Amino acid sequence: MGTALDIKIKRANKVYHAGEVLSGVVVISSKDSVQHQGVSLTMEGTVNLQLSAKSVGVFEAFYNSVKPIQIINSTIEMVKPGKFPSGKTEIPFEFPLHVKGNKVLYETYHGVFVNIQPQKGKLTPSPVDFTITPETLQNVKERALLPKFLIRGHLNSTNCVITQPLTGELVVESSEAAIRSVELQLVRVETCGCAEGYARDATEIQNIQIADGDVCRGLSVPIYMVFPRLFTCPTLETTNFKVEFEVNIVVLLHPDHLITENFPLKLCRT
Amino acid sequence: MAPAEVVPWAVRSRQLPLTSMALAENETCAVQSVACPSQAWRLKTVRQARQGEARPGGARRGLDGGSRADDPRTSCHVTRKMAVFPWHSRNRNYKAEFASCRLEAVPLEFGDYHPLKPITVTESKTKKVTRKGSTSSTSSSSSSSMVDPLSSVLDGTDPLSMFAATADPAALTAAADSSRKKRDRDDNSVVGSDFEPWANKRGEILARYTTTEKLSINLFMGSEKGRAGTAAFAMSEKVRTRLEELDDFEEGSQKELLNLTQQDYVNRIEELNQSLKDAWASDQKVKALKIVIQLLPNNDIWKETHRADESCFCITDHFSPENANDTAKETCLNWFFKIASIRELIPRFYVEASILKCNKFLSKTGISECLPRLTCMIRGIGDPLVSVYARAYLCRVGMEVAPHLKESLNKNFFDFLLTFKQIHGDTVQNQLVVQGVDLPSYLPLYPPAMDWIFQCISYHAPEALLTEMMERCKKLGNNALLLNSVMSAFRAEFIATRSMDFIGMIKECDESGFPKHLLFRSLGLNLALADPPESDRLQILNEAWKVITKLKNPQDYINCAEVWVEYTCKHFTKREVNTVLADVIKHMTPDRAFEDSYPQLQLIIKKVIAYFHDFSVLFSVEKFLPFLDMFQKESVRVEVCKCIMEAFIKHQQEPTKDPVILNALLHVCKTMHDSVNALTLEDEKRMLSYLINGFIKMVSFGRDFEQQLSFYVESRSMFCNLEPVLVQLIHSVNRLAMETRKVMKGNHSRKTAAFVRACVAYCFITIPSLTGIFTRLNLYLHSGQVALANQCLSQADAFFKAAISLIPEVPKMINIEGKMRPSESFLLEFLCNFFSTLLIVPDHPEHGVLFLVRELLNVIQDYTWEDNSDEKIRIYTCVLHLLSAMSQETYLYHIDKVDSNDSLYGGDSKFLAENNKLCETVMAQILEHLKTLAKDEALKRQSSLGLSFFNSILAHGDLRNNKLNQLSVNLWHLAQRHGCADTRTMVKTLEYIKKRSKQPDMTHLTELALRLPLQTRT
Repeated sequence: MGTALDIKIKRANKVYHAGEVLSGVVVISSKDSVQHQGVSLTMEGTVNLQLSAKSVGVFEAFYNSVKPIQIINSTIEMVKPGKFPSGKTEIPFEFPLHVKGNKVLYETYHGVFVNIQPQKGKLTPSPVDFTITPETLQNVKERALLPKFLIRGHLNSTNCVITQPLTGELVVESSEAAIRSVELQLVRVETCGCAEGYARDATEIQNIQIADGDVCRGLSVPIYMVFPRLFTCPTLETTNFKVEFEVNIVVLLHPDHLITENFPLKLCRT
Repeated sequence: MAPAEVVPWAVRSRQLPLTSMALAENETCAVQSVACPSQAWRLKTVRQARQGEARPGGARRGLDGGSRADDPRTSCHVTRKMAVFPWHSRNRNYKAEFASCRLEAVPLEFGDYHPLKPITVTESKTKKVTRKGSTSSTSSSSSSSMVDPLSSVLDGTDPLSMFAATADPAALTAAADSSRKKRDRDDNSVVGSDFEPWANKRGEILARYTTTEKLSINLFMGSEKGRAGTAAFAMSEKVRTRLEELDDFEEGSQKELLNLTQQDYVNRIEELNQSLKDAWASDQKVKALKIVIQLLPNNDIWKETHRADESCFCITDHFSPENANDTAKETCLNWFFKIASIRELIPRFYVEASILKCNKFLSKTGISECLPRLTCMIRGIGDPLVSVYARAYLCRVGMEVAPHLKESLNKNFFDFLLTFKQIHGDTVQNQLVVQGVDLPSYLPLYPPAMDWIFQCISYHAPEALLTEMMERCKKLGNNALLLNSVMSAFRAEFIATRSMDFIGMIKECDESGFPKHLLFRSLGLNLALADPPESDRLQILNEAWKVITKLKNPQDYINCAEVWVEYTCKHFTKREVNTVLADVIKHMTPDRAFEDSYPQLQLIIKKVIAYFHDFSVLFSVEKFLPFLDMFQKESVRVEVCKCIMEAFIKHQQEPTKDPVILNALLHVCKTMHDSVNALTLEDEKRMLSYLINGFIKMVSFGRDFEQQLSFYVESRSMFCNLEPVLVQLIHSVNRLAMETRKVMKGNHSRKTAAFVRACVAYCFITIPSLTGIFTRLNLYLHSGQVALANQCLSQADAFFKAAISLIPEVPKMINIEGKMRPSESFLLEFLCNFFSTLLIVPDHPEHGVLFLVRELLNVIQDYTWEDNSDEKIRIYTCVLHLLSAMSQETYLYHIDKVDSNDSLYGGDSKFLAENNKLCETVMAQILEHLKTLAKDEALKRQSSLGLSFFNSILAHGDLRNNKLNQLSVNLWHLAQRHGCADTRTMVKTLEYIKKRSKQPDMTHLTELALRLPLQTRT
């Protein structure tokens, strides 16, 4: 009868860490007064394995063995049975975030598979210099047909803080063919497995163009990519599953050459 | 004296027997026998003993007027059966009255204080001047010798200014405060008002690049090519599909966009822009962003900037500072993430740049971190043209958001220099070949963006930086493009002091790239603003002109020459200017090239005029007039003429008779005048008349009056279509006549008398050609007065008669400044003025006594007045005043050397009787009218008219006369009868009468006052 219930959480970015207190209000609004049997609020945290359409069959083996793991569960009674007056009623609440038993609270993450990971990691900068020439390429069928080029560059670090952008620079020292585009491709690699075997799935989650057209030779082009919030999480390795990230530097040459250089990344949250 | 002027006058004077004095004097009776048609107009019976006719001219204005006392015209239809009140004018002693009104004159002894006398006291201390002056004047007189005491009194000691001075400090400090704040703010924002905003620039650019169709198409291709390198013809196809996609996207209708002109394209973009705004407003923000992304790769560059600007506007609008809490930060961050994930580089860049301002929500250093990053990001844009515009946009946003961050501007510039060589790289060249665009038309697409970047950097930049920038530009090959932007963006002084270096560099430039004439044009623009070193000036001109004169294309040539003319005018004499003008003529004449370049040619003229204020020098520039001849389209030519005349009026201080100036300007004025036709607007005519009048006023031949008159004759024939000019000419000629009189001190010689008559004749034949009725009336009156003052009696008569015969033509309504107004009040004004003049006009020996007054009365009687207006009666009251004044022994005023009726008739009783008869008639009319008013619902009018008539009698009538006395009492009662009178006025009037009665000879008023009861309010 026109009664609406809404839960509002105080923190705007909705990110909470273990040990913190989750607070907010329950808003009940209705035209008329409402009779009720009490209000209680339950907080529940689970880890769930979902089946990707791609890997049907591979997972079935262990899918059933892994049940949703509950990591947090707490219930509070907010209001005793009674009546809400007409209009808007706000009931504040607070939950302490405590992990159940000896389990670790992982970060929420939506991927192809669900993943979780420890809160803290150690970050040591690990710069990478790279040079791409026809000679460095693998997987080339006819090396002779390739135009000559020399592309140098470096990434400031392959160990990245997830909230900070990936940076570096790239210099086209020379290229016979005109360059059409240079792109950064962020790829996520998910591996699920147990003793029986594992499934590996690589997905492009972001593609950023850093150069468009035939860029000036010898002039460094910045490499700069912000990690998407929703699709990235810190790199994670557990016994059952792995989430890793890689970045590809993709150079498109005229008329139709595609050159890719791959760099594994290690993401963490500080 | 122009003989042509005399002849028509002589002819005329025979047609109308307006017997000019000259004729009358020489051949006394020759013309007198001719009947005057205007006189015969109303005469019922001319039964008149014309004794005067036989008399010689000298004595013709004698006492014979008395014999016409029984002139039937006195009883013209004005009179009725009504009870006739005789009029008896009060005798006035004007001198005594005047003396009694005036303040007592106090004789002033030498050394006495007088405020209007310059103080010349030098020995004040010893002499001890005795005077009643105030303290302040004492101090001032002893202080200085020749200072105006009024001003010195005011100096300092004036209590008001003292007060102001003491009151000021508070205000002053406040003002100083606010100004300091303002300055602080200015300092903070770094960008002062002298920084040219982008909005201005954009307008210019769009205007410049769409003027010629060809160029705009090139521009189009250039920008499109930068995007995808598609073939030129495919462009519209591509745009079409893209727009269709967008249409689908918006679920809008599909449009046929095959034949897309640029205008359509721009319109379409505007439409999309609108939908973008709508989407934003309707909360579909993601959709809006999508539109932006889709749109961006599609648009031509300026539109793109514009678009980005719009989205910036939208987004920053959303994040207004009051939202700057955590939520806003979160929302903002969300957006940044969304934008950061835009795949394509260029849209991402533009959107990021456009929301640069929002960075301040995230952190204090946000902008200063972001700006350099974006600067670097542009490096990824391969196409130089696209990247330069991206830089321009970033500079623009940077200047707006964080003008203090100069480093990123500089970095932009140096980055640009690094990529500069790309323009000549293979990729670009190949694309140009594919598109069929040649380099000289491709390169000019750069300057707008480059100019902007350069301008941003050089704004308030230290000299050292500018020098460094220049040095780096020098080092690059084919730097014409850079040079051009340097010249258009850097401070003019900077450029001007290095002009010779620049000329050297320009010469070294590769002709194939950027057209050199554009470089010289830019240099010229700078030199017009700032002066190069004295020693280099001539050399600069020579070097530059050497190149300019070799330009083949007239358009290129004129664009360049136009700029350099200013420099030439500024620093050189007429010789050089003449050479330059000659060169321009030489280039622009073949194939009538000037037809396409009127605006530039016009600018040249304007510049020349601006620097040559001395018109005798200007017109001695031989090629100036031939230059004017190039303006063959009439509208343009008239515009140019206007400019010249405006300059002349503004700068010519002294009247001139220089034949060169006169000839040239007459020609110019004639051109303006000849442009007037039936379709010319009133405003335009007024403007032209104003200019021509200004010229006429500035022409003076000094004492050579005849030359002056012939100039006026010539002007009249030239400017006959502009009425205000004719009016001006009439006034000028009248002035000339009066000037002659002044020179002769009132005694005309035979020669000057003839000249003055010629002047009068000029006016007489010019006035009828005017259309404005009141203009004509007033000019007749005015010229008549001038004629009278110059003893041209019969001519004066002719003027007055002409005025009288014109009165019936006065329409009821006249057009004043576009509105129809009743003319009666104007007529009343004119007639009153006229009466004042008529007082002193002597009667003509052949016509009746007061013939002008009679004629005028007849005309007034016949004029169709408004039905319910009292103007006619008011005029009659004035006539009464006139007639009273005329019956005095000595008139109130005279004209020197003209005998008015007072001395002609010498107070003859017959003349007085005639006069009184007229008065009676007029009074009868007034009373009749008062009677008619009683019938209607017009009692208020009756009352006020009655009172005014009463006042007239009081002022001018002799109240010792019983009848008149009785009449005034009756009027007094009439005024009060219906309670319409204003009691206060009545009381005042009565008080006045009582006061007057105390004066000598006025004792009879005491008795009158007793007979005038005051109506009580009850």
